[in-house]
Amino acid sequence: MPQAATATILTILETKFSAIVEQWLGTQVKEGVKRSDLFSDSESRAQNAELLKAFAKGVRAGVTDDDFDLADPAWEDLRAVLADVTKERVSRGVTPTEMATFVLALKVPLFAQLQKTLPDNPSSLIFDVLMVTRLVDAFAIYTNEVFIAEREQIIERQREEMLELSTPVVELWDRVLTLPLIGTLDSARAQEVMENLLETILQRQAEVVILDITGVSTVDTQVAQHLLRAAAAVRLMGAECIISGISPMIAQTMVQLGIDVGTVSTRSSIRTALADALGKVGYTIQKNRDH
Amino acid sequence: MSGIAAIHLVENALLVSIQDDVSDVEIIDLQDALSRRIAEENVRGVVLDISALEIVDTFVGRVIAQLAGISRLLDAETYVVGMRPAVAVTLVELGLYLPETRTALSLTHALSQLRRG
Repeated sequence: MPQAATATILTILETKFSAIVEQWLGTQVKEGVKRSDLFSDSESRAQNAELLKAFAKGVRAGVTDDDFDLADPAWEDLRAVLADVTKERVSRGVTPTEMATFVLALKVPLFAQLQKTLPDNPSSLIFDVLMVTRLVDAFAIYTNEVFIAEREQIIERQREEMLELSTPVVELWDRVLTLPLIGTLDSARAQEVMENLLETILQRQAEVVILDITGVSTVDTQVAQHLLRAAAAVRLMGAECIISGISPMIAQTMVQLGIDVGTVSTRSSIRTALADALGKVGYTIQKNRDH
Repeated sequence: MSGIAAIHLVENALLVSIQDDVSDVEIIDLQDALSRRIAEENVRGVVLDISALEIVDTFVGRVIAQLAGISRLLDAETYVVGMRPAVAVTLVELGLYLPETRTALSLTHALSQLRRG
């Protein structure tokens, strides 16, 4: 049986259901968060009704002694609906403010209904208003959490994709691999690049590897260190490493920084590096006489 | 010498395959035995197959580096073949670049390089 304190709220939710849904929609329009550009009228209405149904169910089972815990199994439906609605809205580009306002707008119709039901009982009215406030605030906080979690998931996925995309080892010819490096080379990426490269050398039995740094904007001592370590590891595996795409600018910087490349071959362009690499595995590039 | 397979003479090179469970004592014994065989048989090269090694510490790394130095003094080239990616990364991280050793992808590669001189 519902507690006396939430009885009024529950009655309102059950008897004035469609009125609350309509009023809620009205408040959303007034607050400017309805986003009719993203959701159709019927869609919004269905979403709101579903949320409200789950809300009523939660109030019926999840509030004891004027207290509630949104993590309780009784609130499972509501949590699920809130999460669904939030995810749906995140993917359509709704801002966190709009999302929170959307949930908080539920207070307006509920307060109005409470006032109508309890006009002569101010103490009960205040008590119920407080209860509704606590409930709706908890929903808003939960929504925000889901919102942030969803965003973080997107960021994490993109980060992984970027890491994957940025280290493609390409087989140029039999036993010749190239790794075009683009962007910045921090420790995490350097590690990933190196592991990926060494694995591919093993798989393809590659003899020459061209590390192309045309797309690397700046080379400082740390980046150079990463490159030279990769080259050293490649040599230990029994393959040869050529670093290509060293621009005049980068060559100057490297000398000014006192970076010693040791026995690692360096070339200015991938073009010369490729000719070199093919030569090492026994091929020559020949011009066709007909052209 | 349970952890180390015998030293084989292949063409004009000595081939040794180092096992995963090699102990410090065994690898020192190997260094000694190899040094003698290089001098006795007057070989051109030594091929160390370490494809079974999954872990390399500084000690094993140093012994491999020393072996290269020893064989160079005895006029033979040392080839380290079949190094695993993880081992290569570890050695580089330990700062053991093995500058004196030659490396090859496999025994076949090492032997063909030895033939070419």
